[in-house]
Order: sequence, then structure tokens, then C-alpha cells
Amino acid sequence: MTVSANEGSSFRFGRRDALPGFSPTLGLTLFYLALLVLLPLSALVVSASGMRWHQALAYLATPRVISAFRVSFGISLAAALINGVAGLLVAWALVRYEFPGRRILDGIVDLPFALPTAVAGISLATLYGDTGWIGGLFAPFGIEIAYTRLGIFVALLFVGLPYVIRTVQPVLAELEVEAQEAALTLGATSRQIFRRVLWPPLVPALLTGIAMAFARGVGEYGSMIFIAGNRPGLSEIVPLLIVVKLEEFDYAGASVLAVAMLFASALILLAINLLQSWERRRHGG
Amino acid sequence: MAVDRRASPKGLGSRLIAVSAASFMALFVVLPLTLIFQQAFADGVSRYLAAIADPETLDAIWLTLLIAAIAVPLNTLFGVAAAWCIAKFSFPGKNILVTILDLPLSVSPVIAGMVFVLLFGAQGWFGPALAAHNLKIIFAFPGLVLATLFVTLPYVARQLIPLMLQIGRDEEEAAIVLGAGGLRTFLRVTLPNIKWGLIYGVLLCNARAMGEFGAVAVVSGHITGVTVTMPLQVEIFYNDYHTVAAFAVASLLSLLGLLTLLLRRWLEVEGRGAVGAGMKGLPT
Repeated sequence: MTVSANEGSSFRFGRRDALPGFSPTLGLTLFYLALLVLLPLSALVVSASGMRWHQALAYLATPRVISAFRVSFGISLAAALINGVAGLLVAWALVRYEFPGRRILDGIVDLPFALPTAVAGISLATLYGDTGWIGGLFAPFGIEIAYTRLGIFVALLFVGLPYVIRTVQPVLAELEVEAQEAALTLGATSRQIFRRVLWPPLVPALLTGIAMAFARGVGEYGSMIFIAGNRPGLSEIVPLLIVVKLEEFDYAGASVLAVAMLFASALILLAINLLQSWERRRHGG
Repeated sequence: MAVDRRASPKGLGSRLIAVSAASFMALFVVLPLTLIFQQAFADGVSRYLAAIADPETLDAIWLTLLIAAIAVPLNTLFGVAAAWCIAKFSFPGKNILVTILDLPLSVSPVIAGMVFVLLFGAQGWFGPALAAHNLKIIFAFPGLVLATLFVTLPYVARQLIPLMLQIGRDEEEAAIVLGAGGLRTFLRVTLPNIKWGLIYGVLLCNARAMGEFGAVAVVSGHITGVTVTMPLQVEIFYNDYHTVAAFAVASLLSLLGLLTLLLRRWLEVEGRGAVGAGMKGLPT
């Protein structure tokens, strides 16, 4: 969230503002954030610095840790990209078409947001298990979904879908149909219309949605542990590995993992932000 | 959208898009939801009710309600205060403050729980001091409240800040100039304007508080009847192969989620954009 608009009065120390309540509310906000957010998160950084650099790097380079990072980041990225395609499709259908059940569909898009993660986890694990409604269809072909990496992928599709739909939908709704009609009368093919008229303004929103789905996926825990199988080196995700380390009272190790995870997510989100601003500049938006 | 330009899908391509979108949603969203209730009632209504009336379940429901009853009002108070100073005034470092405010949403729930273990756990910073005074925070009620406070902290503020920025401060200034006090101005001028956004923020905050799993799981220790919230009870029942009981508790949490979505629809109609002006949807 950016608070770019300078709606409030301009700031000068010691000046009396017409509106009361600035000092007490700011004081309360700072106190609350310091106590509940900054102090706990600084404990994380301090705890991680209990390890020296080369120790921490050696810790991160163990096969189990590398595998967990590969699984978490790789599958989250794959699921976010597929959600990008599927989310665009659903948003398109919701904005452009009228069909029976559209309003219900629109309402139910937010369900993955509203459903507690543990509930989603047991439901998806049952649904995609060997004897589940969907897992049962694949089991005869030797394809296991639940308790494999495929299960992680499926759960991340569920968790991330609303992010893409809800960021793309408003942009799609604001696109002028006139511009497309104009392009059509000027003789553009539907492929040209999509590439030249629709695609450019959609890209930033789509990238934002994918980035949000990805960031959420990397940190996801509740829906994962039920469907992932949690086999070290195979289907173990970073958040679970952190919990395992905590249960072994390896606080420094868990903190190093947590800091590395936050750092890696921040890097990828930064990359996506750069990509986005590059897209915007390219199209002069 | 001023004009509704939706048309029924014509042509093969359009139909294909509509059908594949609907089937994707059915497969990944509708089916999991249906399954929860199918599993919960798999052995009949009486078994379902028995699972809900189970003392463990009732303890979990009570604990979840208690935690929400503490965390939601505190974070609502904070959210209103934070939104007031952030949206109505300008001061240096505001963007940093907003970034810090957003942090709990971008941190994995596991990390949200873990930071309190690092502070108050047996081997944490304050662990020895707490043990000396026979106080327990981790694997006890206070830890559950702290973890819940952390993960639900931004919801009300994030809902109110964009809304209050959009409304501006002219009306409040007028009230003050006309001689109304600060509190009266807030209650009579600000509150009616932000009412729907506030209710929506509280709803989201409550849904997350009652449904949180990861952060709470880390600080809970899973002590039956003491530190097991509803989502954790779902986990325990499920891992013990009490499938009906697990899905029965899950169905209650699903109803909470559905109710939240339904109320949001109602608020969108009632508030006419007051809700839409905020962050749409549940952030994380």
C-alpha cells in the first residue's frame, strides 16, 4: 500500500494543527507496532546472527535445506504462473460474459481467502488422495497427487488463484470496449487487438497478481502440511523445515532459514517490481 | 463500471473461455468446499452433532472465541488510531510506518509464530525471566493471543487508510472550527463516513483471527483443552483419523468464511463503494 497522495496538512514541528488527535494516535501506533512487530522481528534477526556468515551459508547449503528451498520457491513460482493464465481466463469470463451462475462464481472467487488454511488443507488432501473424488481418477494411471510435489502444486493453485483474478478484474473492467471496436473497424485481426490493445495495460496487473500469489505460496503452511507428504529432501517445504528446527530447539538454524526465506522472497518481488516498471515505461503508461 | 457491457458468450472461442473458467473454478474451489460438508455429514447428522458436542471441540470453540474477543477489539482500536494519524496528517517517515504496518501480511505465518518463541520460549530472550516468575507465554494462552494479534494487525488499518484518504479532512476541520470537540467530531463526523469500511475491516480481522493456523500452531504446543483452537482441533482430529469430526469442525470454520463473504456482499451494496474504496478482498 502506498500513501502517495499528500492529503493531510503539511508537517511542521511544533505547529498546531486544526485537527486534534495527531500525537496520541501516532504515539499509540508507534508503541503498538514497536511492541508487536518490530521487537519480535528484531528477535529473529538477532537470533539468526547467532551464526556467523560462513556457518549460516554452510547450514543453508545442506541438501535438505537446498531441497526445501527448491520445492518452496520452484513450485510456488510454477503455481503462480499457471494461476496467471487461469486467473486471467476467469477474470475475462467474469468481466466480459453473462452466463448462468456468473454472480455466484464472482462471489466464490474469494473463497480461498476466506477459508482457513487448515480447512483447505484437509479438504484438498482428501479430494486429491488415492481414494478421493479427483485423486481416485488419476490413481489407476499410477499418478499420485496428494502427498507428492504435485499435491503442493495443486494446493498452491487453490491458495493463489484469487490474487490474480482480483488484481486483473478491475483493470479488465476499465478497458474501453470502444478501443477494441475501433481497432476492429480499422481492420485489426482479433490477435492484433489482443496483443496491441488489450495486453499492454493488463501486464502490470497480471504481474502484480502473480507476484502476490507467489509471495503467499512461499510462506504458506496450513494447507501445505496436510497434502505435501512432508518427506525431507522430497516434498518438505521451507516453513515446515522451520517448524521442525524449532521443535528441535535449533533456534539459530530456524532463524537463518526464516531470514533467508524473507530475503529470497524480497529479491524475487523486487525483480517482479522492476519488470513491472519496465513494462510501464515501455508502453508509456 | 458505469455501463454493463456483458454479453452472453458468442462464438466458439468465447464459449470455450467461459466454460474453461467455470470448470477451473468448479474443480479448484467449489469441489473442495462441497467435499467439506459431504465428509462432515458422511455418517449422518447425529454423528456430526456428536462431533460438535465433543468436549474437546467445545473447548476449542470457546478458546477460539476468547482469542478473537481479545485480539479483534485491540487491533480495531489500533487500526482506527493508525488510520487517523496516517490518513489525516502528513509527517516524515509515513511511508516507512505503512511498510511496517504491512509487514505481518508479507511474513509467513510460521515466522509470525516463531518470533514469539524466540522472545518468550524456554530458550528465548525473556524465557529465563518468565520461568523465574512462573509465567508461561509460549504453549499457553498469552502466546496464542500474541500470535493472533500479530497476523491480524493490519486488517482494520488497511481497510480504513485508503477510505479516509479518499474522504479527506474537510468535514472534520469544519466540525472543529464550529466548536465540536475532538471525540465528538470523530463520533459524529468521521465514524458515519467510515462505518462500512470499519465493519468490513473488523469482519476480515475476525475471520483471520478465528481461522489462523500456522502462527498459532507454532506457539500452541497442542495441549488438549488448553491451547487447542478450532483450526488446531481440525488438525488433531484429522491426524487421529477422526475424519468426520475433523470435517465437522472444518465445516463450522467454512461457514464462518462463507458468512464473511456473504456479509461483504451485503456491505458492498449497503456501503456503495465504501468497501470497494479499501483494499478489495482479503489481503493474504
